[in-house]
Amino acid sequence: MFLMLKYALLSATVLMLVALGGCFSEHSGVINLALEGIMVIGGLMGILVLNLLPADTLPVWKVALSIAAAAVAGVIYSALLAFSAINLKADQTIGGTALNLLSTAIAMVVAKRFNGSQSAKLSYDNTPFMFQIGGLTVNVFLFIGIVLLILSIVVLYKTRFGLRLQACGEHPQAADSVGINVYKMRWSGVLISGFLAGIGGFAYIVPAVQVWNFEVGVAGMGFLALAVMIFGQWKPGRIALAAIFFAIFKSLANIYDSISWLNALHLTKELYNMMPFAASMIILAFTSKRSRAPKAEGIPYDKGQR
Amino acid sequence: MEKKQSFFTSAGFVSLLSSIICIIIGLVVGFVVLLLLGGEKAYSDGFRQILLGGFYMMPSGIGKEIVTAAPLIMCGLSVAFAFKTGLFNIGASGQYTLGAFGGLIFAILLHAPWYVCLLMATLFGAVWGAIPGIFKAYLNVNEVITSIMFNWIGLYGCNTIMYGRGSGAMYNAKQAKTFPVTGGSLIPSKIFGWDLAESFGYKSCTIAIFLAIIVAVILYIILNKTTFGYELKACGSNRNAAKYAGINERRNIILSMLIAGALAGFGAGLFYLSGAAQWIPGDSTALPSEGFDGISVALLASSNPIGAIFSALFISHITTGGGLMNASLFPPEIADIISGIIIYLCAFSLLFRNMIRNLLTGRKKEKPAPAKAQLKPDAPAAGPAANDGKERE
Repeated sequence: MFLMLKYALLSATVLMLVALGGCFSEHSGVINLALEGIMVIGGLMGILVLNLLPADTLPVWKVALSIAAAAVAGVIYSALLAFSAINLKADQTIGGTALNLLSTAIAMVVAKRFNGSQSAKLSYDNTPFMFQIGGLTVNVFLFIGIVLLILSIVVLYKTRFGLRLQACGEHPQAADSVGINVYKMRWSGVLISGFLAGIGGFAYIVPAVQVWNFEVGVAGMGFLALAVMIFGQWKPGRIALAAIFFAIFKSLANIYDSISWLNALHLTKELYNMMPFAASMIILAFTSKRSRAPKAEGIPYDKGQR
Repeated sequence: MEKKQSFFTSAGFVSLLSSIICIIIGLVVGFVVLLLLGGEKAYSDGFRQILLGGFYMMPSGIGKEIVTAAPLIMCGLSVAFAFKTGLFNIGASGQYTLGAFGGLIFAILLHAPWYVCLLMATLFGAVWGAIPGIFKAYLNVNEVITSIMFNWIGLYGCNTIMYGRGSGAMYNAKQAKTFPVTGGSLIPSKIFGWDLAESFGYKSCTIAIFLAIIVAVILYIILNKTTFGYELKACGSNRNAAKYAGINERRNIILSMLIAGALAGFGAGLFYLSGAAQWIPGDSTALPSEGFDGISVALLASSNPIGAIFSALFISHITTGGGLMNASLFPPEIADIISGIIIYLCAFSLLFRNMIRNLLTGRKKEKPAPAKAQLKPDAPAAGPAANDGKERE
């Protein structure tokens, strides 16, 4: 049971962080399909910094600096999406797809170059990130996730910035008419999503294993986070619950062979890997008629348009 | 309204120019990456191979280029066809996986003749493509999300059957791949007495490329000369107007995705039934890249089926070249970086197009309003976005 809790918390944190990122971006009116790619870049930069820091660096600094690097990398990478989607009014879905493809290619080139070999596997030491709480191993990202969740709720609903951000995703023309700079708001929405997804990517890669093969990117986690966001109805609190729900499915693939009744079903690992995706499809099929996305998402804002 | 246009200001020529601009910028960025990685060897050991592509290693390189181009043409057509109906088929990878699965079942287990296998590949792909269409038409789920999820479901599902805990009937445990396709299940390499495999010295060079070109031409005719094609394009340009004109919108969405899936599945059949590669079911977390390269192919071709032939040859050209680079200095994924940048640029190719048009016409004409330009069916980049804003409600 502890094992299941461990893996479920691990994926729940990641899914929640990334889905919160998506939530900020979509509330500002930009569909962020590049979450997957941002995660890859964030994870890559975090690991590179972790490896490049001198071995005798204090563990606290290792953790702080590598997470900061992941976040900054995510912000920079998401700026590419913001630039094309907001300033150049490009198609957001295609722009996001391009960034996803680009991210895996970049990660592989950088990882191979870093290794000086033909392998895109990077190894690292993840012990500074882990804590023991009464037999349960948790990682530092759990706490970061909880803090960021509370911050997100406060920012989105209790600050002037958050309410203005949401206005830009619902009716940018109306927001503009009362003096809100829609372009600026959308830029901040996308950059915040880059920040969260960058950390999320690092949180997905680091605590679970000590070697990561960048050939697989982050294996569809960013897309699952999108489903979590839709299931969570673009509301941070519900997103957290949805993330836990998906994480339980996701963790089955890691633990099925240590739980006797699951093992007795004789399902393969691939089927367990498939489950979160299948579950998300079933849920979307039933909820999409009622679901309410920000009204203006996906539509480039043009000042001159009526 | 508009007077007779000269060739140089026609939509086709302008989009060709904007594609060329995208390609040039992509190549320049690729060269910069090579310079960063390899310094003075960037041209001799890297960029030269990318530019020369298959021609760097005559004639087998050209054979390889042709073999990789065939599935790329099909995946490009798959994405392009969906674009014409205003749908973004990001699921070509999953449909391609299913196509490979269907084709290989009939080839490896039943030793069926190649055309039967190819048909089955097409059928499997079509089913996988139709699912997102049904989800979109009846449940109003955005096809982008559905296709992405079904990419993974298809990949894990097919792999689990083919791998079968290491003892699947199609799985060769010694090589960690599926068994090779043999005998009559292989697509022939001879056409009118000309043996492609022999002339290029590349064993898996078959008539697949001609089949792909024929399909592209058929698709061009369907889209431009038939009522059905017109209906599809009408749905893509303005869904509500199409509905008002009595076009069955739901039927068209499903049919369009079904055909898109069939095209991707056919592409997988062409590749795997040529014996170009064997499926690796153990490698379970990487989707086949052809489906995503199909997006670049479609965007570069501005969704024109004939253009897709050439853009697929181009993408195949640079990926083949990428594989021929000095691998100790330059990872072959640099070719993927180039094609990723090209897609990124294609996303705002409308901007390039307007710039070119203004330059060519000497800014005499007033700027077309972006909103109207986006609704044109030949502006694929704008198709899905214009309609999808409210679909997840």
